Amino acid sequence: MSAADAARAESAPVLELRGIGKEFGAIRALSDVDMSIAPGEVVGLMGDNGAGKSTLVKIMAGNFHPTHGTITLDGREHRFDRPLDARAAGIEVVYQDLALADNVSAAANVFLGRELTRRVGPFRFLDHRAMNARALELFGELKSETRPRDLVRSMSGGQRQAVAIARTRLAKAKLILMDEPTAAISVRQVAEVLDLIRRLRDSGVAVILISHRMPDVFSVCDRVVVLRRGTKCADKRVDRSSPEEVTALITGAKEFA
Amino acid sequence: MTDAAPGIVFTNVGRNRWYRSGALASQTAYVAIALVVITALVAVFANHFLTPNNLLNTSKNFSYIAIVALGSTLVIITGGIDLSVGSVMALTAVVTAILMKALSGTVLASVPFGVMGAAVVLGLGLAALVGFVNGVMIAVVRLSPFVVTLGTLSICRGITYVITQGRGQAPNGPGVDTFYALTDGRILGLPVPLVYLLALAVVMGVALRQTRWGRHVFVLGGNERAAKLTGVAVARVKVSVYMLCSMAAGLAGILVLGWLGSAPANLAVGYELKIIAASVIGGADLAGGIGGPAGAVIGAALIEVIRNGLALFGADTYWEQVFVGSIIILAVLVDRIRTRQPD
Ligand SMILES: Nc1ncnc2c1ncn2[C@@H]1O[C@H](COP(=O)(O)OP(=O)(O)O)[C@@H](O)[C@H]1O
Ligand SMILES: [Mg+2]
Repeated sequence: MSAADAARAESAPVLELRGIGKEFGAIRALSDVDMSIAPGEVVGLMGDNGAGKSTLVKIMAGNFHPTHGTITLDGREHRFDRPLDARAAGIEVVYQDLALADNVSAAANVFLGRELTRRVGPFRFLDHRAMNARALELFGELKSETRPRDLVRSMSGGQRQAVAIARTRLAKAKLILMDEPTAAISVRQVAEVLDLIRRLRDSGVAVILISHRMPDVFSVCDRVVVLRRGTKCADKRVDRSSPEEVTALITGAKEFA
Repeated sequence: MTDAAPGIVFTNVGRNRWYRSGALASQTAYVAIALVVITALVAVFANHFLTPNNLLNTSKNFSYIAIVALGSTLVIITGGIDLSVGSVMALTAVVTAILMKALSGTVLASVPFGVMGAAVVLGLGLAALVGFVNGVMIAVVRLSPFVVTLGTLSICRGITYVITQGRGQAPNGPGVDTFYALTDGRILGLPVPLVYLLALAVVMGVALRQTRWGRHVFVLGGNERAAKLTGVAVARVKVSVYMLCSMAAGLAGILVLGWLGSAPANLAVGYELKIIAASVIGGADLAGGIGGPAGAVIGAALIEVIRNGLALFGADTYWEQVFVGSIIILAVLVDRIRTRQPD
C-alpha cells in the first residue's frame, strides 16, 4: 500500500450507515440513524435500555436487514443476509456472552469454524501445531496472559475476552463490534479489556463499543454516539463532551448535542 | 515449544495440580482403575472367570454393547441422547435376515457374497435412515432428542414385530457361512465383534481429536450458539452423529444375528439403558461436551464384568440393573467431588 493510499484510508470511513430505520411490526426500534467510523477509531455507543443499541449492532452484524437505509463498507454498499456475510465483509462481533465453548482449548475457540488442517493422503487432519502457534502470536499481540492449550473453562473473564477478541483478529477484521464487553467482569479485568481495545485501535481496526459504563467510554473512545428512543441525539468527540453531558443526553434531560 | 507469548508472565493463572490435569483428570481414568480392581476381584473369587470359554463369552457380550456405546457417546458429546438404539439393533438384525432370504432368488445369488453383502449393506442403510430421521427431527425441526428417539424406539420395535409377526428370523442363503465367519468368527484368536469394536474405537478417537468434524462435535456440546455464530454447519454435524449412532446399533444388531443364528423380535429390548449407562460410566457427560471412545469401551466392559461376576457367584443377574444404576450415580458423585472448585 502506498503512502497516498494509506492516507486516504485514514480519512475514508470504513463503515457508513445512512438513514437506518428498523421496525418490528408496530414498534419503531430505530429511525433515520446516520453514523460513520474511520479505521483506528473507537466509537462508544450509549443509550438507555431499549434505545436501540443492540438492534443497530445486529443490523451491522448481519442478524437482520434494516427496514430503511443503507450500509456502506469501504465505499461499497452491502446487504447482509446472514452473520457470515458480515464476517466475510470484515465485520466481526464480540458477543456479550463471548460465544466461547468452555470444553475446548483457547486455540480451538479462536479457530472455531476456521480450523487449519493438513492433508494426509485422502484425509484432512487438524493442524494443532499451527493453530496453537498462531493463537499464541495473537495473544502475544494482545499482550494477554493466555495459553493456547488451556481449556476456556479454567480462564478468567479477561482471558475469555482475549480469546473472543483474538478470534476477530484471525480474519483481519476492519470493524469490530463489542456488545457490553465490560458488563460483568472485575475491575482488573475491565482494565485488561480496555487495553485490548486500545491495541485493536493501534493496529488500525475500527471498534464500536456498546457500554453503560461512563468511565470506560471516556477512557478508551474517540467519539461517543448517543441513541434515545431509536434516534441518534448526539455524535461528538469525547474530549469536547463530559460524562455529565452524556448522562443528560441519555436520560433526555438534554435534547441534542 | 514455550507455552506463553514472549514477554508475558502468568501472574493470575496457576497451572492445574497434577491430579487435575491430563488423563488423570478424566472420569474415564477412574473407571479404568475400578475396572481393573473389580476384574481382579472377580478373577480371584470366581474360579471360572479366567477360563477361555468365559473370557470369550464376556468379551463378546460386552463388544455388542460397547460398539453401540461408541455411537451413543458421540450423540451424548453433542448434548443429545439416543434412546432408539435397542430397537434399531432389532430392526436391522431382522431386516438383514429377511433380505438374505428375499435376495437369494435374485441375480445377486450368482455374484460371490452378493446376497450377504447386499443384505448387510441394506440393513445398515436402513439403520442410517432411522438415524437420519432422528437427526433431522432434532437438528432441523428442533424437537427434543429425548422425545424424538423415544418415538423412534417405539416405531422401530413396532415395525420389527409387524414384519416378523413375532417370529425369529434366521440368516440363510448363498454365502451364509461367510456371514457367520464375519460376524461370529475369530481373528488372531479374538472374537470378531471385539476386533470390530477396537478398530472402530481407534477410528472414532482419531476422528474426534484430529478432524474438524470431531472438533465441531465437541463444540456443539460445549456451546451450540457459538458454533452457529462462527459458521459451523451445526445441523449437518448433528445429523451425522445420529446417523453414526444408529449405524453402530445396526452393526451390533447384525453381529448379534450372527452370534445367535436367529434374530428374535424382542432382541435387545431395554438395551438402550445399558448402552447409555456404558457411555456415562465411561465418562461421557450427559450435559454434553465431554466423552470419548475409551470411556465407552471401559464403561461397557465394567458393566459386563459385574454381570458376569454376579452370574459366577450364583447371584441373581438382575442385580446387574441395580448395579448399573448405582454406578452411574457413584460415577457422577466421584466426578463432582474431584472437580469441586473452592468457592
Ligand atoms: N426482535 C425484536 N422484536 C420486537 N421488538 C424488538 C426486537 N428487538 C428489539 N425490539 C425492540 O426494539 C427496541 C430497541 O431494543 P434494543 O435494540 O434491544 O435496545 P438496547 O439494546 O438499546 O437496550 C425496544 O423497544 C425493543 O423492545
Ligand atoms: Mg441491548
